[in-house]
Amino acid sequence: MAVLIGFVGLLACQLLGELIVKAGHLPIPGPVAGMIVMLIALMVRGRVPDGVRLVSEGLLKYLTLLYVPAGVGIMVYFATLGQNLLTIAVTLVGSIVLTQVVTALVLKALTRKRGQNEADCS
Amino acid sequence: MTPAIDQLWVYLTSEPLLNLLLTFVAYMIGVTLHRFFRGFALFHPVIVATTLIVLTLLGTGTSYTRYFDGAQFIHFLLGPATVALAIPLYDHLGKVRQMLFPIMSACVIGILVAAVTTLGIAYAMGASHELLMTLAPRSVTTPIAMGVADELGGIPPLAVGFVLLTGAIGATTGPLLFKLLRIDDPAVQGFTMGLSAHGFGTAQSFSTLGPVAGAFAGLSMGLTGLVTAFLLPVLVMWLGG
Repeated sequence: MAVLIGFVGLLACQLLGELIVKAGHLPIPGPVAGMIVMLIALMVRGRVPDGVRLVSEGLLKYLTLLYVPAGVGIMVYFATLGQNLLTIAVTLVGSIVLTQVVTALVLKALTRKRGQNEADCS
Repeated sequence: MTPAIDQLWVYLTSEPLLNLLLTFVAYMIGVTLHRFFRGFALFHPVIVATTLIVLTLLGTGTSYTRYFDGAQFIHFLLGPATVALAIPLYDHLGKVRQMLFPIMSACVIGILVAAVTTLGIAYAMGASHELLMTLAPRSVTTPIAMGVADELGGIPPLAVGFVLLTGAIGATTGPLLFKLLRIDDPAVQGFTMGLSAHGFGTAQSFSTLGPVAGAFAGLSMGLTGLVTAFLLPVLVMWLGG
């Protein structure tokens, strides 16, 4: 039963999320709203039910498998990809490297400052 | 081919089962190769599986629509998997509350840098509006990226392709940059990986950077998806997209 309960919990949150997005004309995808619904439910409940954890960890363990069917859709757009190959390659690599450098340095600076403050207090 | 085998083949290709099986087998080959090459990102299971499947479909003259009839059962699970991201988020709620300001700041700044540099570089290189809107949501996880690309007027399936490429590139460049910049805090490493390379970065963090980095990657992947879904449409509107 635990697995069933877990699956029902995830699907129910997703459904609720889809309904909220539709009803409120929100610009976010339904499953993202479902994720917020789940987070609130967990905070109210105070712990993660065993079934929900079991099913969630199973799904997240194979998260990358779930990308495959959509990824194969690339084959329909080979022409577009080929025409813009250089633009796409430079954009992706350039943007990813800049994002990683800035994110890592910002978080490092902010957490270190915090660490020093804590050290000062003690 | 003898007529009997011919008929069997016609039967099999009309069944969703064959394409479902193809997806699983291709992914398992991908996992095996990835292990064999010690986690080299270009041999990521998803990249290997996608390549194998595309080659098989092209070789057998199967259309994507027909393939998707079978593969949709796997695809469907992306929805509940997105909801499941709430669990790592909840598990680390204490740490998130404690580091709320640094995490939220880094998250928003990281997303802005990702979006602005993506749009900026692509625009400077003469990308069309449609391509820009397809590239924009590339750093978030697939289901979110598809929704956002659709929202912005991009091409959702192509956006997924960019998400996958981003994941593979980001999972490779991240650890190299951490060495170069002397970033050794696993929380910072994981957070950066999850923000810039979503599920791929998270998987890479768990396998090579340790459990703390993995947890923070999962957290930042969920958070980044969430914040991007709200932020990106507004940002694109500002930039006059």
